[in-house]
Amino acid sequence: MREKATTLYLGPQHPGITGNMMVRLKVEGDTIVKATTEVGYLHRAFEKLQEKRNWLQSFTLMCRFCVPETDPMEESYARAVEAIEGREVPERAKYIRVMVLELARLASFMLWYGGQNGSLGLYTMGQWSVGDRNYILDLFEELTGGRIYHMYIWPGGVRRDLPKGFEQKVLKTMDYLEKRLDNFDDLMFNNAIFKKRTQGVGIVDKETAIEHGVVGAVLRGCGIKSDIRIDDPYEVYDKLDFEVPTAEGGDIWARALVRRQEARQSIRIVRQVIADMPGGPVYNKIPNPQKWTVPKGDAYVRTESVRGEIGLYVASDGGNKPRRVHLRGAAYVHGITLLEDVLKGANIADVSAIMNSLGTCPPEIER
Amino acid sequence: MIHIEGHEGGKGDSGLRPRVDNGRCCWCALCVEVCPTGSLSLTKEYNFVSDDPNDFLWIPGVDNPEGKDKLSFTSGTDTSLNDFKRIPMPEMEGMERVKSFAEVVLGYNEEMAREEASRCISCGLCTEVCPEHMHIPEYINAIATGNDADALRIIYDNNPLPEMCGKVCTRRCEDVCAIATRGDSVAIRWLKRYATETAATSDLVYDIVNPEIRPANGKTVGIIGAGPSGLTAAYYLALRGYDVNIYEANAKAGGMTMYGIPKYRFPLDSLDKQIEYIEKIGVKINYNTKVGKDISFDKIYKENDAVFMGVGFPKAWTLGIDGEDAQGSMQAVNYLHMINAGEEVEIGDKVAVIGGGNVAIDAARVSARMGADVTILYRRRVEDMPADWEEIEGAEDEGINIVPQAIPIKVHKDKNGKVESVEYLMAEMVADDKGGRPKPVAIEGSNKILKVTAVMGAIGQQGDYSFLEDYSEKIKEERGRFVVNDMQQTTDPKVFAGGDAVNRTADAISAIADGFRAVKGIEEFLLGVK
Repeated sequence: MREKATTLYLGPQHPGITGNMMVRLKVEGDTIVKATTEVGYLHRAFEKLQEKRNWLQSFTLMCRFCVPETDPMEESYARAVEAIEGREVPERAKYIRVMVLELARLASFMLWYGGQNGSLGLYTMGQWSVGDRNYILDLFEELTGGRIYHMYIWPGGVRRDLPKGFEQKVLKTMDYLEKRLDNFDDLMFNNAIFKKRTQGVGIVDKETAIEHGVVGAVLRGCGIKSDIRIDDPYEVYDKLDFEVPTAEGGDIWARALVRRQEARQSIRIVRQVIADMPGGPVYNKIPNPQKWTVPKGDAYVRTESVRGEIGLYVASDGGNKPRRVHLRGAAYVHGITLLEDVLKGANIADVSAIMNSLGTCPPEIER
Repeated sequence: MIHIEGHEGGKGDSGLRPRVDNGRCCWCALCVEVCPTGSLSLTKEYNFVSDDPNDFLWIPGVDNPEGKDKLSFTSGTDTSLNDFKRIPMPEMEGMERVKSFAEVVLGYNEEMAREEASRCISCGLCTEVCPEHMHIPEYINAIATGNDADALRIIYDNNPLPEMCGKVCTRRCEDVCAIATRGDSVAIRWLKRYATETAATSDLVYDIVNPEIRPANGKTVGIIGAGPSGLTAAYYLALRGYDVNIYEANAKAGGMTMYGIPKYRFPLDSLDKQIEYIEKIGVKINYNTKVGKDISFDKIYKENDAVFMGVGFPKAWTLGIDGEDAQGSMQAVNYLHMINAGEEVEIGDKVAVIGGGNVAIDAARVSARMGADVTILYRRRVEDMPADWEEIEGAEDEGINIVPQAIPIKVHKDKNGKVESVEYLMAEMVADDKGGRPKPVAIEGSNKILKVTAVMGAIGQQGDYSFLEDYSEKIKEERGRFVVNDMQQTTDPKVFAGGDAVNRTADAISAIADGFRAVKGIEEFLLGVK
């Protein structure tokens, strides 16, 4: 017997720590027939605001584009401005940037561990991983003064050199987290409930992925090896030794396996940059911010975030403010068109898990 | 920025303090990075909870003076985003300069000017202290962004002699520059000089400034003295449609800037260019017309609707010591006047200049260019000298010997009545009980004799108001200066005055400010325009 279709509104608040966004679901029984994303709760017009702020003030807005992952945004802005200006970055700053970016990836993975499990009702994981994330945030606080928004990677380098003994603290934290990742495996990947709820759920096949322009762990979860850090290396990624894990299947489970491996790769990268970090200055000073003009021109830079490739376009008309800043984040595709596709035929109970697994990030979608 | 009770501010301090909304602060700390004085820091105490939203508004240093103990993110000159180093001004080499009267300062080129202008943070403290309140941040910004023509137009808004100011202004603006708290002040004067030099002729100035001259309003103003204050009043009155006549005793306009300032600081063609431009917009200057001799004050008074006096301080103070009447003993200001007028003056090969102001240094540096071996005798210490530090350094570079704490007591003559030597006492500096600057007190028996061929006194000038004749009763003066109101109006409502004969600061920019104020005063007096 065919059941009568009814409409459900999921969100804008919902489990999974993805941010405020609503999904309108047309369901028959507990099966989704059609999903429509309703965004607009987090539009803060950062891109427009940046056109009214000078080049340095604009930098402080970048990190706010995506709350769980602030540093790739700063990194993109810095590199875009440097590309237009032709500004050199000291070698040490490049290593520090990679260290910060990888620490940010780790912190973001920790949040994902919690979110992915929380969306399935497995709350212990979140208590562990979000707790451990704080050790990374402590490092950020010492380095930048901020736990979430760092405003640290800016055009020309980074704002301050590492505090005394900072490297040792980072290495100690890496050792600790590496052990913890094994604990997480027991709780998550060796957990029957997690397997059952994720294997074969939220499948993105290769063709769909390519059609939608999917990036990051979602793409790698379909067996396609793609990572901007390798494909179009920036900073010092080309000097580092690390792997890009992939998995087959394209379901939540496959994507989780990819992220599980990536967290370990980040620890590997952090250890390498600390070992290889040269001395020297960390900042090629910009001029007086009030009089700082960037030559006419534009730049498009690509950065690998935890959710995948993000692209930032920055244009200058030669003035003291950006003419245009535009972000093409991974979540824009993953969280709207792809999500609507993947949700078709899914079970209501899996919506949050799928959203989280695809790397939906409403603040980044809306900017 | 808000006003703080009991904190009035002062020179270089607006008296205003930032009030922070702690609740909205995102801790980006860019304020710390751009604060020129390094006054701003972040505190470690960022966990703050209160049920009153007003508790989040506070003034750093006032509301929590104990915050100093809890600093985290602070500013250093190595991390600050301000540029503390000034672009050095190219100059002629010291011993090369004394060979001629060629201009010592060579001026910024375009690249240097843009770079120097980029250091400005547009705080506006400079505008505050400038007697004329020139729009400094605005024209510096125009230079920084490559709009030299805009810069020149902004400058001409309230200063018709900017090239003169660009070269010789006493530039109090630079003393208060916020960048100077931890570095070199922005070279405001040199930037103005750069902007004015981009227009090489008076025609070019006219084309760029493109002044709007109002139709004649039928009112006439007579101006006595073509010095900075008279020229300024004349320029802005002419723009407003007044018929302006200047009466100048000398053969050239410019007043002290023509006859007092040596040509290596302010070349003649540079002055001529500005006077030409002022004449171009309709100001009439009657040269070689001394009021009281060639024309009477009474005639000017009666034939014009208003009178402006920018008569300056032409008479030098004498030293008041024995032997001052000797041949070869003269006043520095008169010496400079004669040299600038192209006359020959016999000074011999060994000159003593007495005084520590700009006139003293100018006379010394001119004497050095005439081939003399020059010594400056000054009663206080070098750091007390009122002269511009750049002038003092310039003099030292040119081999001029400065003897501080030296009080001249006598000029010795030879049997022909010519200067033979100057005798002086050494002095010790005694702290002033009332908190004033330390006073020099002569040490008994420390007499020294300096053999010289000429002595020049440079201890100040005074006014000469004999030209007023019968009007001197109506136009009141006090301690040698005319009494004026805030519109530069004297006790005779029809007569306005400005410049050295009115203000105590006695520099060109104050004179220009007086002239500019008088324009408003005259407008109000004649047309009732407020």
